[in-house]
Amino acid sequence: MNAVAQYNFAYLDEQTKRMIRRAILKAIAIPGYQVPFSSREMPMPYGWGTGGVQVTASIIGPDDVLKVIDQGADDTTNAVSIRAFFAKVAQVETTTHTADATIIQTRHRIPEKPLGQGQILVYQVPIPEPLRFLEPRETETRKMHALEEYGLMHVKLYEDIARHGRIATTYAYPVKVEGRYVMDPSPTPKFDNPKMHMSAALQLFGAGREHRIYAVPPYTEVVSLDFEDHPFTIQHFEEPCALCGAEQVYLDEVILDDRGGHMYVCSDTDNCEERRSAGHVGTLGMQEAAE
Amino acid sequence: MSQDFSHQDPLLRVEGLTKYYGSRLGCADVSFELWPGEVLAIVGESGSGKTTLLNSLSATLEPTSGKTMYRMRDGQWRNIYDLSEAERRFLFRTDWGFVHQDAAMGLRMGVSAGANVGERLMAVGDRNYGHIRSTALDWLGRVEIAADRIDDQPRSFSGGMRQRLQIARNLVTGPRLVFMDEPTGGLDVSVQARLLDLLRGLVGELGLAAIVVTHDLAVARLLSHRMMVMKDGHVIEAGLTDRVLDDPREPYTQLLVSSILQV
Amino acid sequence: MYVAVKGGEAAIANAHALLADRRRGDRSVPALRLDQIVEQLGLAVDRAMGEGSLYDKELAALALLQARGDLIEAIFLVRAYRTTLPRFGYSNPIDTGTMLIERRISATFKDLPGGQMLGPTFDYTHRLLDPSIAGGEVPAPITREADTEQAPRVTDMLGRQGLMEPDGDTDPDREVGDLTREPLDFPLDRDLRLQALARGDEGFLLALGYSTQRGYGRSHPFVGEIRIGEVEVEFDIPELGFAVSLGRVRVTECQMVNQFKGSAKVPPQFTRGYGLVFGQAERKAMAMSLVDRALRAREFGEDVVAPAQDEEFVISHSDNVQATGFVEHLKLPHYVDFQAELDLIRRMRAEHDAADMKEAAE
Repeated sequence: MNAVAQYNFAYLDEQTKRMIRRAILKAIAIPGYQVPFSSREMPMPYGWGTGGVQVTASIIGPDDVLKVIDQGADDTTNAVSIRAFFAKVAQVETTTHTADATIIQTRHRIPEKPLGQGQILVYQVPIPEPLRFLEPRETETRKMHALEEYGLMHVKLYEDIARHGRIATTYAYPVKVEGRYVMDPSPTPKFDNPKMHMSAALQLFGAGREHRIYAVPPYTEVVSLDFEDHPFTIQHFEEPCALCGAEQVYLDEVILDDRGGHMYVCSDTDNCEERRSAGHVGTLGMQEAAE
Repeated sequence: MSQDFSHQDPLLRVEGLTKYYGSRLGCADVSFELWPGEVLAIVGESGSGKTTLLNSLSATLEPTSGKTMYRMRDGQWRNIYDLSEAERRFLFRTDWGFVHQDAAMGLRMGVSAGANVGERLMAVGDRNYGHIRSTALDWLGRVEIAADRIDDQPRSFSGGMRQRLQIARNLVTGPRLVFMDEPTGGLDVSVQARLLDLLRGLVGELGLAAIVVTHDLAVARLLSHRMMVMKDGHVIEAGLTDRVLDDPREPYTQLLVSSILQV
Repeated sequence: MYVAVKGGEAAIANAHALLADRRRGDRSVPALRLDQIVEQLGLAVDRAMGEGSLYDKELAALALLQARGDLIEAIFLVRAYRTTLPRFGYSNPIDTGTMLIERRISATFKDLPGGQMLGPTFDYTHRLLDPSIAGGEVPAPITREADTEQAPRVTDMLGRQGLMEPDGDTDPDREVGDLTREPLDFPLDRDLRLQALARGDEGFLLALGYSTQRGYGRSHPFVGEIRIGEVEVEFDIPELGFAVSLGRVRVTECQMVNQFKGSAKVPPQFTRGYGLVFGQAERKAMAMSLVDRALRAREFGEDVVAPAQDEEFVISHSDNVQATGFVEHLKLPHYVDFQAELDLIRRMRAEHDAADMKEAAE
């Protein structure tokens, strides 16, 4: 026991990786379909990205360059922790630059910069089943997917409009993949949904606690559910990023005082830094320059 | 109520339908035909096999032997037990309806009345909110539910209203055949009368075929063209409703008829 | 001036250093040794082994120490280690009928072959705090020669008279499932269900078992027998053509005798609920056997009306490593999602106010 256990490359044993790769291949072959897999206990808690970590561990090779983000940022604690895990057990090169990464593991965001061919985006998924909160039973939801019975999904959207005058789902907004399976995009804001459509990158989704893997292959149709007369729209921010002046990006609200003072900054920290080093400045940057 | 159906093809053709639960008989060797627009009542006491028969006819139960042939919208005759689960479910949200005695079984109690009516439309691909809503409003009107209740959940509805909502939810896709299991059971007498009136109007207006299971001969008298009397799993007498009720031939039917007040 | 929060890495390292310090506590107090934990906190070690599903006392003790005594954290550590171990194969089924018994009681018979043995139990102790335990000397136990009398299982004795249902009717050649290797697919067979219960959270199963006693899925249970002791683990070596013993493990087995069932063809028989757990874990084994019986409702044609009878509900929520991860993940940042909700609610409130103003103006 004192002989510290020798861990395999990327932690998982090869047999487990093969099993997960088989599940990934099946998921790619049936876009949007949730493939059951025998999720392993990982050295981080269920619900903290074990699904994404298992997917990444199964596909990563020594030549890969890994980026890990949480809430769009490379420096959030859980992203730091997962990146450090792979740096240790796989000794791979890590980066914060979206363009340099071959594998990007993410929680809750898709990078602003469009992904390219050869890149893989690995999502951490808490609840893979888009029908779960309408029908808690796995045995029943499986049947609904098999028979393409998705009327209930629209019932939910109908209720939103009847009650709030609009579709009130703002994240984990359900999509239909390649005209067949309704899929949960994981709790990304609906702002990111259009980025999934016809993406050049391979998108893999891992739900460890729920034992499911699903995928959106490159150049696949991903359509957000809506009504003709209440079409899907994404969030729009009134002001640009205070640091880099970016518009049409997703922003975090930062509270500055207890009198309602706040500012907006980029959620995608890498994109923000890149813009600033290219000379873009926001209102805050201008203040700085003036001082 | 008499009507001439002979110029049309039947909608449903039932041949030798038998259901055993282990060694216990549910219903035995039932055969009949049902025409478009025709209402058939199945009457009998509890335990007579009428609910088993209804569940077998609606493919909720797999019978032990026999066939139920249904003329699909494309004119093809299909044995409903040979349909795939997907086809069967599709039938149930388009061409068929099922009105349960307990409205809670046929409704989604946690979503609004409008969504309850609209669900079938969405299930068959209607993606226009305005259209779904106006159709739901129209149907609420037809079953005499006030328009301002459209966003209320059926939990807040009375028993009679729930039952009317269930009927609207079933009829919104224009089905050709509706199964009803004691549709007025458990309601107050005055509420029953209003519901029967409404049902009779809708069935006539839409030309629906219906199979109604009831232990209440008054329901059979008001709604049905023909009726079958069941006892111990067997159909013991069948014929035009007026004939069976006014001139029952079997002693058991005579007993049933004499035990209720004439309508 | 706003500065984006940076340095997650340093914060994590510092937090872990503080954790290590707190774990060790006052340096003037001697550090705990693993053998002390194994010897003196044996039931905590047993629980970590049982729900961690790895039989290794020393590792379990290490996990307890590392987790600062937090049992669920310790179970998690054991599980995460277990998952990396190579799998050589599956042992033969253990035979609890040949157990070296330390404790054995039956509530259904006053006396029976092999007798009743109280063993090391809390039962009948008066729950009075006893300061003398702390640092006190305990006299050596009195020993005597072991009885040679066999102690057959109560359920087997009832079974020979036809009064007890046979122990499952699954094909003996059927391969037993393994929930650590295959994803669960509801409805489950009983083998997988029992595996899930055996590693399920003691508190959760205790509450569910209790609920069946209070009428939520009643099953009229009698403790046919509880036995605790060591059993031999044997492993078939194909090259040798026979099984070799790998050693002994201590287990707790509970066989619950439940209300009888019969039909026209089968005369009435008692039914059973089964519990088997690593180490000495009587409460867990009893709760497990109650829940096992409740989950067999469908098999016996009973109505599924209570939570304890609902397989998908029970098994999906019994694993405390999964449960704790998902509950605790709520403390991870969710500000992207929250921003999306914040934005929507502000917009809707603004529209609401505008409508109110318009109404007032009219």
